[in-house]
Order: sequence, then structure tokens, then C-alpha cells
Amino acid sequence: MVKEIERAGLPVVHVCTVTPISMTVGANRIVPAIAIPHPLGNPALSKEEELHIRRCICETALKALQTEVTEQTIFDVKY
Amino acid sequence: MSKIKIVQYINQFFAQIGGEEKADIKPELREGVVGPGLAFNQAFGDEAEIVATVICGDSYFGENIEKASAEVIEMVKSVNPDMFIAGPAFNAGRYGVACGTISKAVKDALNIPVLTGMYVENPGADMFKKDIYIVSTKNSAAGMRDAIKKMAPLALKLAKGEPIGASCVEGYMPNGVRVNLFEKECGAARAVKMLVAKLNNKPFETEFPMPDFDRVDPNPAVKDMAHATVALCTSGGIVPHGNPDRIESSSASKYGEYDITGVEDLDAAGWETAHGGYDPVYANEDADRVLPVDVMREFEKAGKIGKLYNKFYTTVGNGTAVLSSKKFAEEYAAKMKADGVDCVIMTST
Repeated sequence: MVKEIERAGLPVVHVCTVTPISMTVGANRIVPAIAIPHPLGNPALSKEEELHIRRCICETALKALQTEVTEQTIFDVKY
Repeated sequence: MSKIKIVQYINQFFAQIGGEEKADIKPELREGVVGPGLAFNQAFGDEAEIVATVICGDSYFGENIEKASAEVIEMVKSVNPDMFIAGPAFNAGRYGVACGTISKAVKDALNIPVLTGMYVENPGADMFKKDIYIVSTKNSAAGMRDAIKKMAPLALKLAKGEPIGASCVEGYMPNGVRVNLFEKECGAARAVKMLVAKLNNKPFETEFPMPDFDRVDPNPAVKDMAHATVALCTSGGIVPHGNPDRIESSSASKYGEYDITGVEDLDAAGWETAHGGYDPVYANEDADRVLPVDVMREFEKAGKIGKLYNKFYTTVGNGTAVLSSKKFAEEYAAKMKADGVDCVIMTST
């Protein structure tokens, strides 16, 4: 789906846990997530800590969308 | 001659430990066969035997690829087998990636023949078909018998070091290895036959299939995020409570388009996941863990983004055919484009 969105002319970032799959599928901008059942959260943390990691991932996603790339790129999240 | 000793790798599901709620279990070594190994042993007859089985949860493997690989390699090494088999994984994505990863890792670390099997659309297939033999299976566990029929003889050949025939004969996925051979007819005659068949709209089989590099060049970056419209999309199956459009929990035949005008937070009362391929507990508690509407609303208020697009597009990426996914996204990407969306965040579980 990321490829079709990209093909339609929209820059797209793929937030996912298993980044090798994203690379194989062909996403160009990739942000690693936390875990398969909760990519942008972590039930083991407090509500506030969980919001913090979600903000960090979303910030990184926005940063990826604002970064020119010429090849498939993984943007690591700083927590 | 003594029997060939084989170790098999399977996931928590085929080990009958549990479904998604057990997908985070760590690797475990058991003596003898578990699950599909029984049928493999029957197919091997007196020639080979699965002497031990490694079981690992799909999420554990997917989330700790390096650590899990190292752990499994140690377990396999302790048994000192002649051969390693993983799966078959059919169309289970994480399982297929795990089977491919661990097969390659075992081959590299222990230098023994390895074999796995999966459906051609499993992401593990493209990732590893050039590194290891992957038997092409059906897309669900209903194809187990068929998979074993192909995998068992190939495993024996590999373990004995016998020559391996062409992919179309042995049933593995083409791995790009070319072998010299003599054909009855010369190249010109074969080419003319193919051309004649093509001109008559009859089927023919190319001798040189073109590699399928379906890559899309990245679009230019967003210049002015503070005025951009950002859309959220997901393959994680987030839907309004009750799944009104009845998006299937696997092999989805449709996608959903849902309005989030005025929605600040995807709370448990209003939203849930329809996805059948991961433990839904966490997404059902708080769907923002998959589709971060709450944080994007914060960003919208803070002026970090212009606005959050008032709809999101969602489907279940669990065993869903590549062709369906392509069609869904083609459709909704055109809608987003027409609505003035500037960029998209796609989340996957």
C-alpha cells in the first residue's frame, strides 16, 4: 500500500516494527516501531511514558517526510 | 546407514501452544517431533528423522531478530543435526520471515543444509529465496500435506548432498542459480516456437523471466509541514467499534474509510481492531497504539502540522493478497490526492 500511495505522488512514511519486511516491500521512508501488537505504544509503561514514546515516533515520522531521500532510508527514533 | 538427523523450527501456533496471545514466547527446544514434524517423519520413512523441534513465538522472533536467531542457533547446535527444516509457514508473514531468517542463519553458522517452505506472497519469500531453498506452498495450513510432499524429498536430497534439479521440477522458488544443460532443440527453434505460440495467443513459457523490481521512487520531501495536511493510514485493522463494514480478520477483501472529524483520541468505547494476525488486546484497549490520532491532534494544535486529514483508511494486512492491497491503496490514494492531502503516515503491526 505504501508503494501505491507513493506512486500516486504522495510522500509516505511507513511506521512498522519489522523493518526488513518494509524494505522488501519497497517503502522509501521507514520509521521503526515498538512491537507488533502495539507499534506506537507500550502497555508496560505509564500513560504519560506511553504518550512520550508515541510523540517521539510521530515526530520522527514527520521528520522523515520532511527529509529528501534518494534510496530506502530507515529513520531511527530518539526517545 | 544411520538415519539423517533433522531439527525442525516451528511457531507457537503449529506447536499448539496458542495463538496470538502466545506469540511472544521465547525459543524452546523439545526432543522429538511436535506438530507438523510427525507427518514429515512419516514421509522420511527410514531415511531421516526429526530428532528435535525448536519452538518460538512469531512476535518474539520478529521483535528480537538477532537475539532470537542466536538463541535458536545455540539450541540447534546442541543437537548437532545433519539438516535443518523451518516451517512451512504458508502465508503467515512473521512466521515466514522467521523461517527464512533462521534457516539462513543456521546455514551460515553451522554449515548444514537447510530448507523452508512458504507461500510465494509471504514477505519471507522475496527476502530469502536467493539464499536458501524455499519450497513454494499453498497459502494456508490446509496445504500442509502438499507442502510435505514437496519438502520431504527435497530435504532428503539436500541432506545427502545429491544434485538438486531445476526449481520447476523440485518445487522450490527460483533462486537465480543457472546450470548448463543440453536441450533437444536449438535456441532458434525454441524461440520461433515461442513466438508462434505468442502470435496465436497460446500459452508459452519464457526461458528468461525478467526480474520483477517493482520499486517506486521516493517523492520529494514536504517543504512546509506547518501548513501540510497529513493523513493516517494503517494495515493494522483499526475500525469503529463493532467493525461496521465487516472487514475480514484475514485475507481482507476491502478497506474502510472512516471520518475522524472532531475525534481527539481513539478510545476503547469507539474503536477496536479487526485484525486477526496479532494479539488484539492492546489495540482494543487503546487504538492510538496503532493509529496515533491523539498525538497527531496534539501536533495539529501545536502547529507542527497544518491539519490532520479528516478521514483515515484502514484494512487488515493479515494474509491479504498483494493484488488486493495494491487495488485498495490505488483507490484511496487517489481520493486523498483529490482532497488535498500532502503526505501520509502508514502504520503496520
